[in-house]
Amino acid sequence: MRRIMAWLGATVAGLVLLFSYRTSTMSTPAANAVTTSGTTGTSDGNGTYEGSVAQTRWGPVQVTIKVSGGKITSVDVPIYPSGNGRDQEINAVALPILTQETLDAQSAGIDTVSGATVTSDGYKESLQAAIDSAHLS
Amino acid sequence: MSAVMARRAWVEQIMGFPVSVHVRGDDPDSAERAVATVFAELRAADAAFSTYLDDSDLSRWERGELPLTTELAAVVALCEVARERTDGWFDPRSGPRYDPSGLVKGWAVQRAARHLTRLGEYGWCLNAGGDVLVHAPEGQPEWRIGVEDPYDPGRLIHVVSLRDGAVATSGTAHRGEHIIDPRTRRPATRVRAVTVVGPDLLWSDVYATAAAARGPSAIEWLDGVDGYEALLVTALGAVRVTSKWKQEAM
Repeated sequence: MRRIMAWLGATVAGLVLLFSYRTSTMSTPAANAVTTSGTTGTSDGNGTYEGSVAQTRWGPVQVTIKVSGGKITSVDVPIYPSGNGRDQEINAVALPILTQETLDAQSAGIDTVSGATVTSDGYKESLQAAIDSAHLS
Repeated sequence: MSAVMARRAWVEQIMGFPVSVHVRGDDPDSAERAVATVFAELRAADAAFSTYLDDSDLSRWERGELPLTTELAAVVALCEVARERTDGWFDPRSGPRYDPSGLVKGWAVQRAARHLTRLGEYGWCLNAGGDVLVHAPEGQPEWRIGVEDPYDPGRLIHVVSLRDGAVATSGTAHRGEHIIDPRTRRPATRVRAVTVVGPDLLWSDVYATAAAARGPSAIEWLDGVDGYEALLVTALGAVRVTSKWKQEAM
């Protein structure tokens, strides 16, 4: 439970930091402290957790997560800045933080990789090429 | 079963993407001919259905130079079924020309895999440009399929363990905005990547393509499709999964 809340807080904080970063050369960002609120969780930690709305220079940001069986099953950003023509730019910056915890491929012991279609040109640098090369004879 | 199982991989570039086949078992080298047949069949499917080649069966049929072949008829019919099953979100007519390639890949790979099925006691894993079909016989471990992070392709956001079945991913990570929204006829941009796990590659791939066009709400739609589970990363980086998606595999 505490870990989940910490994660949610960290996610929103990370997002706010990124938003702040974008504006750092312009003026002091108006990012407020982040706390979690509005939870509808049960005693075993399952449920939906809403982060409070964080005010950023670009507008309000809110992150909501759903937890089931102690795992985060979805992350949503119901409130995010848009309409100022910069949303595409902001999205691109905010993404890595919002994606769930990732896994180092080398330590995962995987046999193959599924991803958006790799082109022949991109194959050499791909994870799949590394896996294949270990088994080509 | 021995602790270390012999394994052999083959890779060829077909249809503009890498196709790799991994075979596990006592003597995987003996699968050489079956694997060569798989590659040959995929090359033949490319020659027949390519939208890039002017002399493909598809191009010639469109120009009225060739009657509908049995294979073309099968693909056109399947595309219609796919359009219905996806509420129109998979539609070969959404671009400037008739383009069944979103279905042909899964169809051709699934069909070619029958040559691997004949290997009997061998396990195999066929990866066609990021779409995966696997089989592991009893006594062999399930195949572990990493789902790449669409924002950092060197990392994974999930691992799917499968004995028999398919994992297909569609999205904009490597080829940009190539999925057309049939309703607006413009590139679909609200989904970064969507991975569908199911019993067969043809439908997993079609559903993944349709979900990428449909947007993040495709998760609710796929929740109602029996036998298929999905993980979707929105353009904003939020992760959504269907209710039976296995979270424990990592």
